[in-house]
Amino acid sequence: MSRLSASHRHPVQFTLNGEPCSGEAEPRMLLTDFLRHQIGATGTHVGCEHGVCGACTVEIDGKLARSCLTLAVQAHGCALRTVEGLAPAPDRLGILQAAFKRNHALQCGFCTAGILMSLDHFLRENPQACEQQIRDLLTGHLCRCTGYAPIVRAAMEAAREMAGDTVQEKSDA
Amino acid sequence: MKPAAFDYIRAEHLDEVLDVLRREGGDARIIAGGQSLMPMLNMRLAKPKTLIDIMRLPQLARIERNGGGVTVGAGVRQESLLAWSELADALPLAALALPWTGQVQTRSRGTVCGSIAHADPSAELPLVLCALGGEVHLRSAKKRRRVSAKEFFAGMMATNRADDELIEAVSFPANQGRCAFREVARRHGDFAIVACAAVATKDGVRLAVGGVADMPTTREFPRLETSARDDALNSFAYELNARDDVHATARYRRDLVRMIGAELMREVLS
Repeated sequence: MSRLSASHRHPVQFTLNGEPCSGEAEPRMLLTDFLRHQIGATGTHVGCEHGVCGACTVEIDGKLARSCLTLAVQAHGCALRTVEGLAPAPDRLGILQAAFKRNHALQCGFCTAGILMSLDHFLRENPQACEQQIRDLLTGHLCRCTGYAPIVRAAMEAAREMAGDTVQEKSDA
Repeated sequence: MKPAAFDYIRAEHLDEVLDVLRREGGDARIIAGGQSLMPMLNMRLAKPKTLIDIMRLPQLARIERNGGGVTVGAGVRQESLLAWSELADALPLAALALPWTGQVQTRSRGTVCGSIAHADPSAELPLVLCALGGEVHLRSAKKRRRVSAKEFFAGMMATNRADDELIEAVSFPANQGRCAFREVARRHGDFAIVACAAVATKDGVRLAVGGVADMPTTREFPRLETSARDDALNSFAYELNARDDVHATARYRRDLVRMIGAELMREVLS
C-alpha cells in the first residue's frame, strides 16, 4: 500500500502524447493543473472544474476523461493524450483540426481542445459515425460561441475524410 | 475551486481498504471513477482526510452472472457495463437506462457502484437498482452484509452504509420481467427532471420514479382499467412531494410522473 501524505509533493510520471514526462504533485492537485502548471501543457483548458463543460477532456489509457475530475496522482503510470498530440507536425493540422478550421467550428477556442479530444477518440473507434452519434457525443461539451452546427459539420467532414473520401480544400480556408 | 488537502492511498489489496476504513471511518472516503466524488471535493462539499483509490484492485472490476442474477463489482465502470455483451439479456433495464447516465466522457470513468454510493435522487443507476429490487453488498473489516435497495437509500445523497463499510458490489435479481425506461432532462446526459422505470410483475407493474422525491421511490400497481390507473398514478405523483426548483416546478414534475408513468405501464403490460 502506498500512502501519499497530504502535506508533501509526490513524484508523478506518465507518458504524454507518447513522450515520458514527470513532475511532483500534492495528492489534491487536479490533473488539469498538473498538466498546465507543472508540465506547461496549456492546450488542455480548465472551465467549470466539476465535470460539466468538457473543456478539460483528455484521453487516459485510451479512454476519455475529464482531467478536472482526475487527480494527478491517479494518472501515475498511465498513458495520456492531449490536444497537443493531435497535429502530425508543428506546422500541420490533423484531419479533424483542419476540418474545424475550414468549417469555422471554433470562435473563442475555449471549448475546442476538449471537443477535439472527444471527437478524435470517437471517430477512431467509430469511423462510420452518423450525425446523431456526433450530437450525442457533443452533449458532453459546452460551446457558447458556435451553436454547435459548424462543429457537427466539421466532425462529419473529418469522418468522411478519414474514411477515404477526399474533401475539396477551399481556397480561402 | 480546488479540493482541500487529503492523504491519498492507492490500495493494492482489499484488506488494506477495509483496514483504513476501520481505523479512519468517516474521515476516509473511497474513490473509484471519481465522477461523483471529485465534483464534491472540488467544491469542498466533501473534505475527507484520506482518499482510498480502489481502481487498481482487479477483483472488484468483475461483472458476474450467477443463477440469472448479475453482480457488478465496485470497480466496474459504467462504460464497461454498457459494453458487456450479455447486458441486454441479463439486465435489460440497465441497457435502457445507462445511455442516460452522464455522457460518454463521464461513463468512461464513472463506476456503477459509485453512482449508487453517491445516491443522487435524480441519478439513473439507483433508480434501476430500486426498480429491480437489487441489493448492495457492504463489507467491513468485521463483517459482510447485504442490504436491499429500499433499505440502502436513506435520503438525498444519504445511505445506510456505515462509515467503516465498503460497497463491494451491487447485485440485480434474476427473472426480470418486461421493462421500460423514460427520462426527461434539459439535455441528454443532464440530471433528470423526472426519470421513470417500469418492470412487469406477476400481478401488474412496479413503477420507480427518480428526480422527484429525495430518493428513488417505488410503487407496485395491479393491472388497472385506464381511469383507475390514472387515479392511482395521480395519487402516487402527489405522494412524491415534488418541489419547485430552478429546473422545473413541482406541478410539471407531477405531470411528467402521470404522463410517463401511464406510457410505461402501457408499454410493459401490452
